Amino acid sequence: MDNREHDIKAWDRVQLARHNKRPTSLELIEYIFPDFLELHGDRLFSDDAALVCGLATLNGRPVTVIAQEKGDCVHERIKRNFGMPHPEGYRKALRLMKQAEKFNRPVIFIIDTPGAYPGVGAEERGQASAIAVNLAEMSTCKVPLVSVVLSEGGSGGALAIGVSDRIMMFENAIYSILSPEGFASILYKDSSLASKAADDMKLTAQDLLHYGIIDHIVPEDPHGLHCNYALSFDHLKHQLDHDVEFLMKLPVAELLKKRYEKFRSMGQFAE
Amino acid sequence: MNNFLDKRKVELDTFKQTVRNRKIIATKINIPDGLFMKCEICSEMVLREDVEKNLGVCPQCDNHFRVSARNRIKMVCDGGRFEEMFASIQTVNPLEFPGYLEKITKYQEETKEFDAFVAGTGVIGTMKIAIGALDSYFMMGSMGSAVGEKVTRLIEFATETTLPLVIFSASGGARMQEGIFSLMQMAKTSAALKRHSEKGLLYISVLTNPTTGGVAASFATLGDINIAESGALIGFAGQRVIKQTINQELPKDFQTAEFQLAKGFVDMIVSRKDLKATLVKLLRFHKRGV
Repeated sequence: MDNREHDIKAWDRVQLARHNKRPTSLELIEYIFPDFLELHGDRLFSDDAALVCGLATLNGRPVTVIAQEKGDCVHERIKRNFGMPHPEGYRKALRLMKQAEKFNRPVIFIIDTPGAYPGVGAEERGQASAIAVNLAEMSTCKVPLVSVVLSEGGSGGALAIGVSDRIMMFENAIYSILSPEGFASILYKDSSLASKAADDMKLTAQDLLHYGIIDHIVPEDPHGLHCNYALSFDHLKHQLDHDVEFLMKLPVAELLKKRYEKFRSMGQFAE
Repeated sequence: MNNFLDKRKVELDTFKQTVRNRKIIATKINIPDGLFMKCEICSEMVLREDVEKNLGVCPQCDNHFRVSARNRIKMVCDGGRFEEMFASIQTVNPLEFPGYLEKITKYQEETKEFDAFVAGTGVIGTMKIAIGALDSYFMMGSMGSAVGEKVTRLIEFATETTLPLVIFSASGGARMQEGIFSLMQMAKTSAALKRHSEKGLLYISVLTNPTTGGVAASFATLGDINIAESGALIGFAGQRVIKQTINQELPKDFQTAEFQLAKGFVDMIVSRKDLKATLVKLLRFHKRGV
């Protein structure tokens, strides 16, 4: 699939991904995992509300769910720091990944963040280190890992819960190294050229499937996810169940080998 | 009174003479380009040769100038020798980003390097190691596919041959022009390091000025031992972005090597002249079969 074949431009998808009626991770969790039980805290510093973790069942099988939450109203958005985690969020995710490994539970990650929070406290507590440690630890976590980009996958802050065996994206989600605004301001020295940047960056689900970065696209209503999310969430639930079922059957050594090779092969260069 | 005026006149004449002489000297001696360089910290004009002899450190104020990846490696390897590996890996333009390859060509001509990472093997204090360095002169040491591939191959080579690994970072982060591919290099390099670590092998990460963004958030902070070079700026987000986000002035020492030491993210700060001795000491502590 190539997004140039579609009528929808990358910038339109950016708008749909950020639509203020678009369901957030907690709504997705409520629909797919009605028995979700939240677990709090990184056991080191605090509890980060931008990164929600807990337990649930998927078709009767216990799973760990780790999700970035942006908030669905002003009050919630402030509480959730607009979905931008601090290091303690990533360390909570790591703690629950290790717990999942102990109890042989697959982990489902819901990615929805503009990026890791750029602030003084985040730097003081080692944002770079928290992300790096997650990347390394996810690569050898002995249970199946599946990541789903719900709306926005912003840079290292998204990747820190994205080193998985399967990576899916909603049809109008975006996943990129930087926001189109940030990209435009750095490379074109003009943040108003964000729509051009969105095109050049190749950040749509269709582009990333084409490049082999993601494995599957979750279809959306032609007018966006907010117009009919039940259809998409049912599709996702079915796909998650199918992938987890398949991955659980793989011997651990093979699971890890395949995960390593998946990321090992990413990148294009000449020799 | 006359006596005083006479004295003053003599002084003035001498002064004029000196000034004139100076002028003559200045016009007579032809100073070759680049003989002197200005230190951006103490503003002194220093002899380039003196700086080079001093490992790229200002002899006046101890400011650490940037060094190229190749010089960086030579500075710590015995006899300045190292065997380069994976030299032929080159950047392509995966997103077909306008003007990207032209920019790469420009940097290649300027630095005489294919891309921003130099890798190979060397000997430090008679111990063989896998060694690599990012080159901040090449597009701010940014990591795209070629850099990520070279870093990964170096790590994998060290894992296969059970060698300790030393990487010098100097980078603005992931390379924007390669978009998502650059981002994925963070996962690729970190996963390779995890395998190296699981084999019980030593990785020393030396964070030099600057180490930020996607490089800081992947292989640069994953060392068994993280060393910050004196004067290094180390952090995840850029200071301009943070200022815009929080709308406040940043603390004075924010993201300095001292800041990272105080917050517990580096094991030590080492000045360039002590770097080799420190590496030798650390490698000896981890020598296998002793």
